[in-house]
Amino acid sequence: MSELTITALRFGFLILLWVLIFSIVSAMRRDLMIGRKAAAGAPTARQVRKNPSLAEPAPAPVKQQARQLVVTEGPLKGTTVPLAASPILLGRAQEATLVLEDDYASGRHARLFPQGSRWFIEDLGSTNGTYLADQQLTRALPVELGVPVRIGKTVIELRP
Amino acid sequence: MTPIDPVARPRRNVELVLLVLALAVGIGAQALVGVDRQKAFDSDFWFQSGLLALAALAFHVVLRIRAKYADPVILPLVVALNGLGLAMIHRLDRVGEDTGNNQLRWTLVAMAVAIAVIWFLKDHRILRRFTYISLAVSAVLLILPLVPGISAGEVLGASVWIKIGSMTFQPGEIAKITLAIFFAGYLSSNRDLILLAGRKVGPVQFPRFKDMGPMITAWLVSIGVLVFQRDLGTSILFFGLFLVMIYVATSRISWVIIGLVLMVVGGFVAAQVFSHVALRIDGWVNAFTPEVYGREFGGSLQIVEGLFGMANGGLVGTGLGQGRPNLVPFANSDMIIASFGEELGLIGVFAIVLMYLLLFTRGFRAALGTRDAFGKLLATGLSFAIALQCFVVIGGVTRLIPLTGLTTPFLAAGGSSLLANWIIVGLLLMISHTARGPVDTTPLPPGQEPGAGRKFPATPSKPAPDPRTNPDAPTEAVKQL
Repeated sequence: MSELTITALRFGFLILLWVLIFSIVSAMRRDLMIGRKAAAGAPTARQVRKNPSLAEPAPAPVKQQARQLVVTEGPLKGTTVPLAASPILLGRAQEATLVLEDDYASGRHARLFPQGSRWFIEDLGSTNGTYLADQQLTRALPVELGVPVRIGKTVIELRP
Repeated sequence: MTPIDPVARPRRNVELVLLVLALAVGIGAQALVGVDRQKAFDSDFWFQSGLLALAALAFHVVLRIRAKYADPVILPLVVALNGLGLAMIHRLDRVGEDTGNNQLRWTLVAMAVAIAVIWFLKDHRILRRFTYISLAVSAVLLILPLVPGISAGEVLGASVWIKIGSMTFQPGEIAKITLAIFFAGYLSSNRDLILLAGRKVGPVQFPRFKDMGPMITAWLVSIGVLVFQRDLGTSILFFGLFLVMIYVATSRISWVIIGLVLMVVGGFVAAQVFSHVALRIDGWVNAFTPEVYGREFGGSLQIVEGLFGMANGGLVGTGLGQGRPNLVPFANSDMIIASFGEELGLIGVFAIVLMYLLLFTRGFRAALGTRDAFGKLLATGLSFAIALQCFVVIGGVTRLIPLTGLTTPFLAAGGSSLLANWIIVGLLLMISHTARGPVDTTPLPPGQEPGAGRKFPATPSKPAPDPRTNPDAPTEAVKQL
């Protein structure tokens, strides 16, 4: 093979290496734009059409909706937290939405998140577990109105 | 709150495209190394690249089936690195040597094991149950090379090998995974305890002495590896791994301070007491002194030859198969970065370093995205282990820090390291699958719904339409538009 071909192949290979890297970086671009949705406020109609799940959860008129979270037992008894469209982090950590002053709760204990027209609870690998109606959670499950959720010594409920 | 992508998309097709590019890099390198020796497209080449491509595509298909939402760039990055390593090792084989094919065999075994991990484990959270078993397994793995009978004895100054039949294996490589599992499990359960108790001295809060137990254990393990196995690199790796994981778990800078002090003390004592550590440091500081260069044991010949090689490569390199990286001892394992530096130049080595960096960021992204503390810590620990290994090896080869015997992940010749790193990739892919995928909210089988028949009767169990699992289904809002 001639000297020239080999030189061309040599540089071609270096270019190929960088093409791979740039393709990977551009494939990751979407991941780097976290929070753009939050910064831009409500999604536009066009974004919603492209991505149906970006749409704000529509008000469900038929079924009674959970509007607040009430602590029924434990140190924070009586506390209520209004439910908006964003997920709620329960635990002792300062970053939690509802900071539980409960020695039996973990830092990031459980997460309550809306999906469709329902709220789901998910255990975040807590030490003492999360109980939905006296059954320990092994995966995310829907929380119906009035069903007690126990975290350590705290019991919470969703109310309309 | 951890930001979660509004829509979970598998993005497996992106992965396929990138995978094809990565295979082009690996196979292209394989073709280039033999291009002027009239063996570019011989049967060996077709056999090797065919097997690599087949294994990579099989991995991709398994991800499609089992971990649909796994990160789409991890697999292409690793395949590209592994392919580059295979080509370089094959190229460095002297007549009669078979390291290249051996490495290919190990690659296939390692990928098969990683596939098995993804296929059978399904969820990384299961590993949390094995927290203390992992600790025991790590201890056994670390002691194995010292057990007479299966120990391979002292090879190149370090006794880290075991020998079963004619096969040799480095159990310490697997121990880094089991240790990461133990640290993740332990810290995710005891994090709150460690965080709450402690005495405040000035602005930093120091932990209670009794919470220092794991720290002391990690330190002793590292020192033990250094003393009994005479392996400085692995010792640094274990302690660094623990330090990072406890920092991530507690976000207390005091741990890092205590850890670094312990490490400096340990390192200083080791340098005084053990000749091999002192020689390494001497070979690093006085690398260009003729006496040090020509010394028979612990000389700097390897480092200096590597530097000369890279200097010869310059900016664009001599081209694959055109340089003389063979002049450097261990050109295909410890010094493989120097071999790449010579043949691909600075531009090529930067590309490789960037690939490691991207891999590392994807591991951290998985850690950020996943919701359970154990997964977060495990992903952090595992990806940090890869990053630290790169730093120690590449830093050593480029004479930034003393050269220690760690392997360059995925590139260097060595089956145990390849196996361990592919298992790490399998675990990271699985964690990223849970991080990026939608939460499983499908209804339970009838009769298991908790809370049925309580104060407020549960609504008739018609499953709520789930926009995340079926992005094509219009939601109420879209229907109204």
